[in-house]
This record gives sequence, C-alpha cells and structure tokens, in this order.
Amino acid sequence: MSTPYAKLPAWADYGLIPLINLFVAFVVAGFVVLLVGENPLRAAVILVEGAFGKGTGIAFTLFYATTFIFTGLSVAVAAHCGLFNIGTEGQAYIAGLGIAIVCLSFDSTLPWWLTFPLAIVAAAVVGALWALIPAYLQAKRGSHIVITTIMFNFIAASIMVYLLVGPLKPAASQAPQTRNFLAGAELPKLNWIIELFGAKIRSAPLNISFLLALAMAFLVWLLIWRTKLGYEMRTYGHSPKAARYAGISETRIIITAMMISGALAGMMALNPVMGDQHNVAIDFVSGAGFVGIAVALMGRLHPVGIVLAAILFGMLYQGGAELAFEMPAISRDMIVIIQGLVILFAGALEHMFRPYIQALFASFSPRSVGMEAVKGKGV
Amino acid sequence: MDVFNAIVQTLDSTIRLSVPLLLACLAGLYSERAGIFDIGLEGKMLVGAFAGAAAASVFHSAFLGLGMAILISVAFAMIHGFASITHRGNQIVSGVAINFIAAGSTIILGQAWFQQGGRTPALQPGERFEAITLPGADAVRDVPIVGPIYAELLSGHSILVYLAFAMVPFTWWVLFRTRFGLRLRAVGENPAAVDTAGISVAWLRYRALICTGILTGIAGAYLSMVQNGGFVKDMTAGKGYIALAALIFAKWKPVNAMFACLLFGFLDALSIRLQGSPLPIIGKVPVQFMQALPYILTVILLAGFIGKAIPPRAGGVPYVKER
Repeated sequence: MSTPYAKLPAWADYGLIPLINLFVAFVVAGFVVLLVGENPLRAAVILVEGAFGKGTGIAFTLFYATTFIFTGLSVAVAAHCGLFNIGTEGQAYIAGLGIAIVCLSFDSTLPWWLTFPLAIVAAAVVGALWALIPAYLQAKRGSHIVITTIMFNFIAASIMVYLLVGPLKPAASQAPQTRNFLAGAELPKLNWIIELFGAKIRSAPLNISFLLALAMAFLVWLLIWRTKLGYEMRTYGHSPKAARYAGISETRIIITAMMISGALAGMMALNPVMGDQHNVAIDFVSGAGFVGIAVALMGRLHPVGIVLAAILFGMLYQGGAELAFEMPAISRDMIVIIQGLVILFAGALEHMFRPYIQALFASFSPRSVGMEAVKGKGV
Repeated sequence: MDVFNAIVQTLDSTIRLSVPLLLACLAGLYSERAGIFDIGLEGKMLVGAFAGAAAASVFHSAFLGLGMAILISVAFAMIHGFASITHRGNQIVSGVAINFIAAGSTIILGQAWFQQGGRTPALQPGERFEAITLPGADAVRDVPIVGPIYAELLSGHSILVYLAFAMVPFTWWVLFRTRFGLRLRAVGENPAAVDTAGISVAWLRYRALICTGILTGIAGAYLSMVQNGGFVKDMTAGKGYIALAALIFAKWKPVNAMFACLLFGFLDALSIRLQGSPLPIIGKVPVQFMQALPYILTVILLAGFIGKAIPPRAGGVPYVKER
C-alpha cells in the first residue's frame, strides 16, 4: 500500500502543521465564546494576561504545566510503542495511594528530601503496576489496551473512593481525604526562581516536582532516541511485524513501555499531592490524565513539544480561572471544550490541512516536497 | 410476599437502569460492526441528553426534544465520521475528543442559556415522556404473582423503554437479514472486498454512524427526559463506557447485548437497593465494589477467561484505497 502522504520539510511537519491545527481549534473555541455572547478576543486577552501577566499567574501556570508534562510524557511513551494508554488518569489516581502510604508513614520522622525520593519510587511503582495488568493482557491475551485501560480507570476510581471514605480517612473527619501531611512530606516551593526576575508572588503551589518533570522529559528523550530499548519501542510502534521479524520480544516491549508509561503517570500525583494539597483527596487527578492525551498529541510525542504543550495547557488552566472570574458566563469548563478541540484538530484531524500545505509548498519549491526527480525527467 | 415485592421492584429498576445502556450499546454495535471504534458513545449520549431537555423545555414538546436530541447526536457522530472516515484519523483519538467537547459544551451552553448552574429547567408534565399503563394493568394488580409482574414490571414505563427493547430484534433483523446489514458487517470485516464489489466503504460507514447517532440520541433523551426531569451536568456518568463494556461482553451481538445490559443494569439496581446492607453468606459488600463490577467482569472477559471476545477484524483501521 502506498503511503497516503508525501514528505514535508521538518519545520513544516513539526512546527507549521501543529500551529495551524492549534489555531483552528482556537478559532472554533472562539465561536463557542461568541455563542455564549462574549467577545472572543477580549476573552483571549484576559486568558493570556491571567496566565502570564503577574508573577503569581506564571507560577500557577508552571504548576499546572508540571502535572501535564508528566501525563503527556506518559501518553507519549506508550504511543511511541503503538499503544494508546488512555489509563493515565487511573494510574495517576492509584499512585496517590503509594504516596499516601509513604507520606503518612514518614512525614513526622524524615525530612522532605528523604520522603520525596521514597514517594517518587512509591508513585512510580504503583502507577507502573496498575499499567502492568492491561499491558500483560494486551501482550499475552490480545485484549485491546484501550478498553482495558478505560476499565482500569473506573476500577482505580472505585478503589480510591472506597479507601478515602473508609480506611484512609481520619475517624474524626467528614471530608473524604487523608489527614494533612506534616512538614516532612511538603515539597519546597520554587517561587523564588520567578521572584529572581523581579516579579512578586503571593502564594502559588509551584514546587520542586517541576524540576523532576523537566528531568523526566530529558530522560524520556534519552530513552526514546538514544537507547536500544527506545529504538525497539519505536520499531514495534511503527510495525509490529518488522519488530517480530527482527527478534524483538513482543511481550517484553509492550510490558516495558506500558510500565514506564504508568510510572510517569504515577509521578504526576506528586505535584498536586505533596506540592499543593498536602493530602490525598477524592478525584485529585481531575482529568489531568486526559489532558495528557491532548498534550502528547500537540507536542507530536516529542519531549520538547510536550513541555511546550504542557505550558500551553497550564496557561489555559490558570488563565481560564481568571477568565471565569471576569466573564461569569465562561466557566472553567471552557477549557474542557478547548482540550477536546485540540485533541480533535491536532490528533484525529491532523492530516486535514496537509494536502493544501503540500500543494502550497510544491508550487513555491518542488524540491522541498521531494518532487525534484519528477521535474528532472522532463528536461 | 415482601421478598417477592422486593424482587419485582429490583427487576423494575433493573429495566429502567439498563435502557440507556441498551440503547448506547446497540448504537455502538452499528458502528463497531462497520469497523469504526466508538469511544465517543458517552459524549454523544451527553449532547443528546442536553439537546433533548433544552429543546423540550423551550418548545414545550417531548417529541421535539427527542428529535433535537437525535439531530445533535447524529451531528456529533458525523464529526466522528469526518475525522475517522474522510480524514482517516485515529478513531480512538476522535472519540476522546468528542467526549471532551460534549462534556464542556453542554455545561457552558447550559449555563449561558438557562443560568441554572449547567442544568436545564425542570421539565413540566407535557415536556417529558410519561409512563404508559398497559391495558388491564390496574385490573390485574391485585392478582398474586402475575399481577405485580404485569402491573409493576411490564407496565408503567415510558415509550422509550419499549422502543429500546424493540430495537433489539429490529437491530438483529437489520444486521443479519437485510442487504444493508450484510454489507455493514462485511465492511467491518473486510472493507477491501466490499470496495471491490463496487460499494462505497465510506458511505456505508457513514450510514452506520448515522444509526449510532440516532440511538445515542434516544439514549440521551431517555436520561434527561424520562429518568430525570431535566439535564444535569455530566449526567451520563460513565454509562457510555459501561455500554462499551457491555458490547464487548455481548461479543458484538444484539441479543447478547440486551442480556449484558440487563446484567449491568441489575448490578446497578442491586447496589442501589442494598446500599451497604449485608448480603447472606458473602457479608457486607462495599458499594464501590458493586459499581466496579461491570468493569472488572469486562476485563476478565477480555482476558479470555469467559469465552473469547473477537472484535470485527477491520475495527479501528481507516480504509485506504489502493492507488
């Protein structure tokens, strides 16, 4: 079968097309704002000002971005192996259990710089184990990973609700959450970095897990493009048949990729739990796992793209909060629409504008789309 | 007699709770049999529920509400088709996108139009689908055993309930006894063969998605106009995903789908009825366990421990014509 699409220069493929898709998503979102009876341009200005106008806004934007870097990387690692991990949400949620166990056990005895590594390991292990079962079923039994991970999201939610209204809840409390952690499980804030640039910050939850997220983005890049395992994963993602022919173990590669994906998803929980809330509460993930899908698609599965896309979504979350304050008709659910539109245009419809852009490139410079040979023959 | 009444009531709520699942499950059956995975059942139900309740309360007509629910739901199905058939995008990604757009837009538009925190106004009597009393139901109510079964269990549901169950044999007939059904199933197994026979794969898949949209629209209308007197945000609450689970559980067959949905509806009814009161032998079962049971059962089924669920062969693969 022929490949449906010809080549474009890399900058168009990785820069121009995502930007066009993003632009269209925002234009459609603008129509929704119009439908609600507000001015989309004013909404956009409020949104950007809310996210980057003040130091506090920037800190909040980066705090949200931290969460989305983790979930975006999680989705991307699985996607490089041809697996759609829709279970990032559940893996992050259940990882809260691992963090809760570590924090509740050690927060009174250990300092944060000892609790933090333990919590990282606990979150990663629990997240990875929650991804292991769907991965095993996919590898050994051929059960579709999309369906099993969706089911595991719901199962994780049930388990967490059961634990948070029962065993993990302090007897005296009514709220469905663990007791608040002590200082030994509170992550240090990073707001001073932004204050270095002269901005004032009142209180924002930006914390050290932002650095962990950036480190993970680098490690994912290293894994995918600079190691044998990453090469095998990409091979399997491109063509399972070729991978099998090359002697790559299907079971091993699926399970490894999914467990790495689950571990990254699990680490996401560190940011809100230890960095902000200082307890594990019901629904603390609140859709961040699904945002990860949008982030990974926007970032074209590359860590650099994912970090940028995560900051974009962080901006939407923080700016969206300001927007809801300024324009009561537009609540934070507007972000959910934008998120859906981004997934639609950057994911499902990513090739919609490609033929037109190709035609455009071909008319200016045939060489850039590999048409030189055809022309050469005519001479 | 108390036990008997309790059983009849539980079965009655089983029927009520399984209707939206059944409609959504049959909706998924059409698209998945045609080779289009549809994660977006949830979102299409949600927009159907919103459009139905909104139109019914504005136009004061239950049937206009139902019509609008179907229209909007089909429109969303067409977005899915445009992305996954015309542009050969990833069907799962497209479905996820539809769920988000539905979840966000129903709340935003609901708040902008009705200013009740994302709800639609409570529907008045003429704007909902009322319960239908079957002939003679009141007369036989006092007859032991048969009376309550007829009067409580079979009679007293809205027209959409009877429609949902009538859709089961109808869907079976369409899929297995008509030319359209044969082609629809063929396009889900081997689209190239259908293409060779000179039939448009894309148009066939679009028609399958129209069927899906109609049924999810009715499912949504049932939620907001029968089960509840108006739209509440996120009122589908994962029912689309349970329907998807039921579809796999039913191994993509209409009659099995009905039994799977009744089973999942029964689990739901049971967990509401028990509310944490202890069961004989097993002891107290947490509500959360009962709620998770459909998902757990589906995973076990998918793992191949209860028979094997084999999806349509071309499911999830966009069709590219050789050129």
